Amino acid sequence: MTTHQTHLLTVENVDKHFDISGGFLDQLAFKGGVHLEKTTVKAVNNVSLFVNKGETLSVVGESGCGKSTLARVILGLYRPNAGKVFYDGQRIDHLSHEQWLPYRRKMQMIFQDPYASLNPRKTVRQTLEEPLRFHNPKMTAQEAVDKVAYVMEQVGVDPGWIGRYPHEFSGGQRQRISIARGLILDPDFIVADEPVSALDVSIQAQILNLLMDLREKHDLTYLFITHDLSVVRHISSRVAVLYLGTVCELASANDLFESPRHPYTRALLSAIPKVGEKKAKHIKLKGEVPTPVNLPSGCVFHGRCVYARDRCRKEFPPLNELPNGSFVSCHGVEEGWDLN
Amino acid sequence: MSHLLEVRDLEVKFALRSGDITAIDGASFTLDPGERMGLVGESGAGKSVTGFAIINLISKPGFISRGSIHFEGNEISAYSPARMRRIRGNRISMIFQDPMMTLNPVYTIGFQMIETLQAHRNISKAQARAIALDKLQKVYIPSPEKRLSQYPHELSGGMRQRIIIAISLLADPAIIIADEPTTALDVTIQAEIMDLLQELCENEKMGLILITHDLGVVSQVTEKIAVMYAGKIIEYGPTETVVHHPVHPYTIGLIGSIPGTIEPGKDLKQIPGMMPTLTNIPPGCAFNPRCELAAEICTQKTPVLEEKQNGIMAACHMK
Repeated sequence: MTTHQTHLLTVENVDKHFDISGGFLDQLAFKGGVHLEKTTVKAVNNVSLFVNKGETLSVVGESGCGKSTLARVILGLYRPNAGKVFYDGQRIDHLSHEQWLPYRRKMQMIFQDPYASLNPRKTVRQTLEEPLRFHNPKMTAQEAVDKVAYVMEQVGVDPGWIGRYPHEFSGGQRQRISIARGLILDPDFIVADEPVSALDVSIQAQILNLLMDLREKHDLTYLFITHDLSVVRHISSRVAVLYLGTVCELASANDLFESPRHPYTRALLSAIPKVGEKKAKHIKLKGEVPTPVNLPSGCVFHGRCVYARDRCRKEFPPLNELPNGSFVSCHGVEEGWDLN
Repeated sequence: MSHLLEVRDLEVKFALRSGDITAIDGASFTLDPGERMGLVGESGAGKSVTGFAIINLISKPGFISRGSIHFEGNEISAYSPARMRRIRGNRISMIFQDPMMTLNPVYTIGFQMIETLQAHRNISKAQARAIALDKLQKVYIPSPEKRLSQYPHELSGGMRQRIIIAISLLADPAIIIADEPTTALDVTIQAEIMDLLQELCENEKMGLILITHDLGVVSQVTEKIAVMYAGKIIEYGPTETVVHHPVHPYTIGLIGSIPGTIEPGKDLKQIPGMMPTLTNIPPGCAFNPRCELAAEICTQKTPVLEEKQNGIMAACHMK
């Protein structure tokens, strides 16, 4: 994963840790003499991945695995503690606020909860016009209104409702408006953080269809963050599975769902309830997800993995490429242990 | 043959200043010992209100305006609050969606379990503690002794939901009503909790009413299913049949709109529009503005739930 030229986005060995140790007094520790102790949440650890132009890469994992933090690092909302992020061949993670501006037009985000992500005191017009006017200071009022109306039509909201406030819309329509806000600057790359998980299934289908249509029409590239694996299978070209801030498997959607390799991916997939299928035996995991404050040594998954051996407890497994182009971070897969 | 629970023609209304609105409109279903039923629908369809109505937890301005709820040979819908308390949490218990909100954060798990037991039975603290331990073991909680002295914030979400299930089991209820018990949990935990509920129903011959929006979960856990739309049950039948050969156009649309039922990358089947709010239910069949089969009769006459094919009951003029 070294050639950033062909990829639209490349993430290289990114770490993001949060210091939660609080003030001086909170840090005081008295074990073996008085000293200061820092507590850090290791949200993202040594994550590398890339997104090709025009594809949809889904990042999946359970709550607290670092998916949203990773998205925010990519968009420059958090600065990584280590590692690099490249967009279109240019390194972007270390840029200043001003230097970021041209990239903000190209990279946009859609948030999970359409009830929280729209300003309740702004009309649809104000919400959509603000980024437009900010990034295009020379635009005339008429051009701005035309653009807003055009984008509203694209996402299936009647442009006649331009003067309404968010509370006048249903959840599905609000999510359409926040998608419109993501599209208004004609971006190339959109990060969608759980865009349908707050919606009912019939509305969810409408929004997923809309996102897929828009991708074709506007030639978009998506980074899709979700915990819903059936949605992932439906829309993505490739999938990255995250566990405790670490990528365990990165593969094409087809390979991942047909023949998952990493033991965690297998357990995760076996837990999805499928409509109309009698319950398959799901793979039970030992214990619970450890806190990201004290990461396990070696493979982060070893404490819950039924195949874990000595090497897993000591050595961190690198993300290795398999012959079919998938990447898996597991000693067992690498050494060909019997994982069935 | 009489059923463990028989709800007939249940109607729940909410009295608002602008007039009464009907949250549940003539729901009827039955539940037998050990039977697992799914109550499915989108938000606002009336699933939770149905669950609350069974144990008479509808608070003002809501009230049960019609219908009967027959449980273990008694008509319980008209019970006094004091009498109802003897059933609620004792013969019928309920599990709620959010395990973070259901437990009291300032009391230990043990205190909350013993309190519940002593409210229903005249037993000593030590006896109650023994029962609490037994139930914690039933839901596979590791080191149950230790949990009794812990506070809710010391436990993970999945663990808390297990504790809540253990609490609901304390009095050996005949029925558990589970309102979205796994919606707030991750899939791997969800699978474990669902396995647990199913096992408990089988072993203890307990009836389960599973309220959820997730058809996947319902199709794996339950034996029969009632699909609700705008306050009405519009399809009712064995889970297998409903999931594979749904009759009502809404159920067909609902199943088609789930990613995973069709080939990846293809457009999902979508139901146009959205569910009407309860103040604004269209005349005739409530689904008619969104239905592709709708004919004139659908806008004039409300369809009743009647026997269609393969033992499915559905409320639709066109099928």
